[in-house]
Amino acid sequence: MYNLIGAGLIVIGAGLGLGKIGGSAMEAIARQPEATNKIQTAMIIIGALLEGLAFGALILGK
Amino acid sequence: MINLKRTLLVLAVVILGANPICVLANEEAHAGEPSDKSKEIGEYIVHHLQDDHFFSLYKAGEETVGFPLPVILIDNGLKVFSSGEFKHGKAVVEKDGQFYKYYHGKIYKTDAAGTISYDDKHHPTNAKPLDFSITKNVFGLFLAAFLMFVGFLSLAKTYKKGPSNLPKGFGRVLEPLVLYVRDEMAIPNIGHRYKEFMPYLLSVFFLIFTLNILGLTPIGFNVTGNISITVCLALFTFVVTTIKANKDYWKHIFWMPGVPVPFKIILAPIEVLGMFTKPFSLMLRLFANITAGHSVIMGLIAIVYLFQTQLTVGGSVGISMLLTLVLFFLELLVAFLQAFIFTMLSSLFIGMAVEEHAHH
Repeated sequence: MYNLIGAGLIVIGAGLGLGKIGGSAMEAIARQPEATNKIQTAMIIIGALLEGLAFGALILGK
Repeated sequence: MINLKRTLLVLAVVILGANPICVLANEEAHAGEPSDKSKEIGEYIVHHLQDDHFFSLYKAGEETVGFPLPVILIDNGLKVFSSGEFKHGKAVVEKDGQFYKYYHGKIYKTDAAGTISYDDKHHPTNAKPLDFSITKNVFGLFLAAFLMFVGFLSLAKTYKKGPSNLPKGFGRVLEPLVLYVRDEMAIPNIGHRYKEFMPYLLSVFFLIFTLNILGLTPIGFNVTGNISITVCLALFTFVVTTIKANKDYWKHIFWMPGVPVPFKIILAPIEVLGMFTKPFSLMLRLFANITAGHSVIMGLIAIVYLFQTQLTVGGSVGISMLLTLVLFFLELLVAFLQAFIFTMLSSLFIGMAVEEHAHH
């Protein structure tokens, strides 16, 4: 039960983080469409780092 | 000729695609109590995620259809026999006076009757021989290696003929991917020394990509979702980074220039920890992503016989197929993305290690 609540909290945190990354990337692309590729790559890297953190927590919590 | 090839390809896809349907048809026929069903599904998913000594394709009634793989044990000398002799854990195998029993994916030494003793946590306490068997995952690795070998050999042949030749057939798909790894990952992250690391980065990228795609076929591989495999891959990146690191890298870990001395003392242990957390996160990310993908897909397929009473047969099959189809497309993206991320971060870490800093 408690680990399910923990998993929910992790997903909330990861979701907030991903939303922030995605939102900022969107704004940046809208401002500078010619830098889309660079921004996308950076976005995916940060997303992957965040994902690693979230998955680590999920597995440790299990 | 081309028509024959195409027909064979379509036939192979149809036959492979029919496998999960066979499994489900059988599960339906043997469906018992509702509570049993979800338990059975859970066991089935766990069984799929784990490595196995027997390559099972589908179940026909009580019989598992598939082919046995060779078991190689080192226990007072080399012992090689087929895993079919275990009869899925029902039989005890005798080799040179030593008895072996297969129990929950592992091989244990037992007496002639095959008794397995447990400790109070229900873990077997029997001794285990050193197991070097060609398991399902090892078989998957061999298959991926073979596919890559065939693909890249044809690509290499075209370059041998001359620099202006266009690759033919499958090589035409591989060439842009190779260029993608070079231009998007290696050169921006590593810089002018990228050529040394291209063989490693390409191997890692194509191995993970091939294995991820193989995992999406109904043959039932789960190689990159096995923690031992990802530990090994992450360890390679760690070793490459550590061996190829220049003195600037070590300086920035142990005695950072341009930072006051008290902070240097605080930062050094954190940086040393960072050396290990980087490959650790690489390992965990790949493992967790692929495992999660496989479990969710299998769970969605299970809808077919889990919600049959509520939704009728047609409804449950329709919903399950729709959801599974959508998720399969997502998993295709994930298969590429995870290979990309692993290679990208590997090249980023290598780039950090070989970067020459301007002297402060």
